[in-house]
Amino acid sequence: MRRPGERAWWPYAFIAPAFAVYLAFVFLPVLDTVRYSFTQWDGLTAPVFIGIDNYVRAVTDPVFLQSLGNNLALTFWFCLLPIAIGLVITSLIARSGLPGAWFFRTAAFLPYVLSLVVVGVAWGWIYSPVFGPLNQFLEAIGLSDLARPWLGDFDTALPAVGVIGTWVQYGFVTILMVAGVQKIDEQLYEAARLDGASSWQQFRNVTLPGLRNEITVALVFTLIASFRVFDLIFVLTKGGPANQTSVLSFIVYKNAFQYNALGYAAAMAVILTAIILVISVFVVRWREREGAAA
Amino acid sequence: MTPPPRVEEGTSTPEPRGGPGVARRRRGPVSTAGVRFGADAPVTPYWRVAAGYGVLLLMAFVSLYPVVTIWITGFKTDAELLMGFFALPETWHPENFVTAWNTGHFGTFFANSVIVVVPVVLVSLVLSTLAGFGFARWRFRGSTLIFFVLLLGLMVPFEGVIIPLYYYMKALGLLNSYWALILPQIGMSVAFGTFWMRAFFLTAEPELLDAAAVDGANPLQALVRVMLPLAGPALLTLGVLFFTWTWNEFLLALVLVSDTSVRTLPVGLGFFVGQHSADVTLLAAGATIVSVPIVIVFIVFQRNFIRGMVGGALKG
Repeated sequence: MRRPGERAWWPYAFIAPAFAVYLAFVFLPVLDTVRYSFTQWDGLTAPVFIGIDNYVRAVTDPVFLQSLGNNLALTFWFCLLPIAIGLVITSLIARSGLPGAWFFRTAAFLPYVLSLVVVGVAWGWIYSPVFGPLNQFLEAIGLSDLARPWLGDFDTALPAVGVIGTWVQYGFVTILMVAGVQKIDEQLYEAARLDGASSWQQFRNVTLPGLRNEITVALVFTLIASFRVFDLIFVLTKGGPANQTSVLSFIVYKNAFQYNALGYAAAMAVILTAIILVISVFVVRWREREGAAA
Repeated sequence: MTPPPRVEEGTSTPEPRGGPGVARRRRGPVSTAGVRFGADAPVTPYWRVAAGYGVLLLMAFVSLYPVVTIWITGFKTDAELLMGFFALPETWHPENFVTAWNTGHFGTFFANSVIVVVPVVLVSLVLSTLAGFGFARWRFRGSTLIFFVLLLGLMVPFEGVIIPLYYYMKALGLLNSYWALILPQIGMSVAFGTFWMRAFFLTAEPELLDAAAVDGANPLQALVRVMLPLAGPALLTLGVLFFTWTWNEFLLALVLVSDTSVRTLPVGLGFFVGQHSADVTLLAAGATIVSVPIVIVFIVFQRNFIRGMVGGALKG
């Protein structure tokens, strides 16, 4: 509320600097991306309006569809697996408040703060066909038949990228859930124990419902991350072999800045952005409804 | 600078009373004996303590192994690469780092990253504080609309803005300049920062928002004198998040800068991978140079980091 003696422009003066930079370098570009997506444009001559042709082209383009499919497949590795691992770890260590937990928390969180380019270099070496630790390990335990160029192999390239995503995400997800479990009322567990509930039943009926919020948040964050794997793909595979690891963000980049198909790239960027927006809005809505119900 | 006040974790874990060490095994069914961590905590059976630490150790190993391996590999010679994946180098070779720093231009990339990160973090903190305060203190004509427009910035990926940004920067003559990296990253940062600071001002001391009006200070003076001294921890956490995002940003720096002399560390490393894919030890040294600053910041500000990312996530 404005107080007496305060001028009406104060709020705008406070907000203007941040909002101006945001408008110029985030909001206007978003609008322009949408505008470009309805044109055919090579970046040199004037854009030509072509309606929804770029979107039609996308849904009939095998590379686009394969990239979208790869993104969806990666959600297993980036979202479902880390959340499953996080729940298992949480159920094993939760509520015991083990001393020394800070060290393990730091270790588990480390992958999440690293540049994905660094992550790519580290895992590129682990997967390396020549003397990479993974193949060396397989040889050491007598499974040298399994050794292969993990990122170059048609069948293993996408899961190999996926495993990296699991590695990056699972620590963050686990810490989120362990923090959530500590907020659950201890009396709920005592009541469950008095009713003779087993560990599994306590987990199912107390822990899991109590973590609903955390699981949702983890799902949004990991889903968004799985649609934004650009850095890893650029460093490790460039989408290969034969588009096996191509993803939406990578074909946006390739079409825009290598093929100069800017209108088409913009349309795919809009689709990518829309997917992320829909996921976020859906979850915000869902949480609001849950909050209202509670 | 005074150190920020230490904020306690959600639950503290006092030392165990009995100590988990020597659990004398009883025969028969699994022992129900255990240890109590903290006065109110339930008794944790010894087998669960052991299982818990087993899981934690495995987790720490899995998380640390790829990172530590790459750091150590940077000190190895090519010949030592073949000596097994747990082997330490016989003598530590800093030469790879010297080569990466000089001939690999990592020294230049490092300077560029610092030149970009410092203004992004500082300016974003100032702008976020102002805007967050503005939204917390006043409802004004258009505030809901402006707020929703900013909300969009929390979700838009750089892929959604990069194509127009390239042509804006080209038109402004800013391609291959630090400005091309600094301005958009401030724009992205203030979207989150405004929400973060608004939430802080609304929850920290709501009554103080009004207090300053009494002694006749204008709103800016009120912010600086009354609110800012309290905002240290919130600003520190936000600054750490801005630092991480900007330090690690890749796509923007890849597209808007093609000149080696302006390249930042992640993109420098990204191209280095292409040129030196066979030279693992040199590559590892480069990756170490890129990761060490972020790891130092992470370890120093560990609490802020985790609370920021987890808390920011939960506020969503």
